Amino acid sequence: MSGCCGPSCCPTAARDEYPYGPASHTCGALSTPPGEIPVIETTLTGSDRLQGWRVRFGIRRDHYRVRPGLYAAGRPDRSAPVLVTANYKLSFDAVRKEVAGRSVWLLVLDTLGINVWCAAGKGTFGSEELVRRVRETNLSQVVGHRTLVLPQLAAPGVAAHEVRALTGFRVVYGPVRAADIGAFLDDGMRATAEMRRVRFGVADRLAVTGVELSILRDGRVLGGIALLLLGATLGALPWTAVLLTLGAGLAAVLAGTLVVPILLPWIPGRAFALKGAIVGAAVALGILVSVGDAADPAGRVALLLVVTSIASFTAMNYTGSSTFTSLSGVIREMRRAVPLQVAATIAAVFALVISIVW
Amino acid sequence: MAGLRYIDGVVTLKLDTERCTGCRLCIAVCPHAVFHMAGGRARIVDRDACIECGACARNCAAGALSVDPGVGCAAAVIQGWLSGSEPTCGC
Repeated sequence: MSGCCGPSCCPTAARDEYPYGPASHTCGALSTPPGEIPVIETTLTGSDRLQGWRVRFGIRRDHYRVRPGLYAAGRPDRSAPVLVTANYKLSFDAVRKEVAGRSVWLLVLDTLGINVWCAAGKGTFGSEELVRRVRETNLSQVVGHRTLVLPQLAAPGVAAHEVRALTGFRVVYGPVRAADIGAFLDDGMRATAEMRRVRFGVADRLAVTGVELSILRDGRVLGGIALLLLGATLGALPWTAVLLTLGAGLAAVLAGTLVVPILLPWIPGRAFALKGAIVGAAVALGILVSVGDAADPAGRVALLLVVTSIASFTAMNYTGSSTFTSLSGVIREMRRAVPLQVAATIAAVFALVISIVW
Repeated sequence: MAGLRYIDGVVTLKLDTERCTGCRLCIAVCPHAVFHMAGGRARIVDRDACIECGACARNCAAGALSVDPGVGCAAAVIQGWLSGSEPTCGC
């Protein structure tokens, strides 16, 4: 399983160690046998959208965790469906937007502010948390039926039969995407085969590439760039070599993190490391052609090897952002690719030394 | 998902058809349409599309399905190699 690596998948604060987000999404309360249930707005405001972007980029992400528990949308009664979601702001907002004009109950689990799929993989969106929330909210006194609608992508963490045995509630897996909730409910809680498929279109592929690009914000990378620029400014290194190195490095990272994700279905090969190497080699050849005689033969070999292996490595890391890679497959490709990437980098260093001393 | 196929012949997914009770839950939870019903029981029709998320095995009350679940993420594998443990996202 994938679609789930990198910082956005890891909680930055433990349970109970964070303030819940501003409860601007609630508007009043509904009286039920176990007590008052907050009613939520189903129209997203400008500030919801702004907070959504902050959450996406990891800016004070924990500040926007939704308080777990039971919420009402519209005027739900004892027979209204119960939809379960994560307390990741973007998951919660996606669901409440889709239930506009309907009357449903929303049961928000504490997934430490992580999205449904990641949280299911880690078990925080799991049977245990679901059972705890069903009991804590006295859900069986709020509704007369015994059905919980879960997002399909929660299934890696939840065992429907365990939940039923422990709470009496039957788990029905809804569609993958919140956008299909309306159609799913209208069709008597049936999801079409299409609603059950995870997609990975070009917009999805680009949306997750930001995580990979963060390598450019790495302190060591920035330090190296600063050192090279300082060396050129002080006259210790030739400007052409420094600019060529920096340009080639940037091109290599962009090849692996931007070109590979965009062209993913059309680049030959199945292994991401291979796809990255192909694009990296093409980019390196393009650079070599455009700089002409600016580099000597050994330097050209070094550039080709370095750009190819950086692009291969960064593309390989994109497996964690994709939605169709298996762990067994990633291990298989890495056992072949990583030794080659290391060997190419070592060979490039040798070529560079030769190019300098020659 | 046209053109988006990963490496063939590697996944750990196993289905013991004899134990299948035909509840169809694996078909509902699989995000890559790996299963199909045939003769009242589940069958694997596209094993290589499996991403080892573990949803089917987790929800198989009959214990007919097994898979080593994991995250198909190179960074997690590297983290695991460096720390000498299972692949982990480091959190």
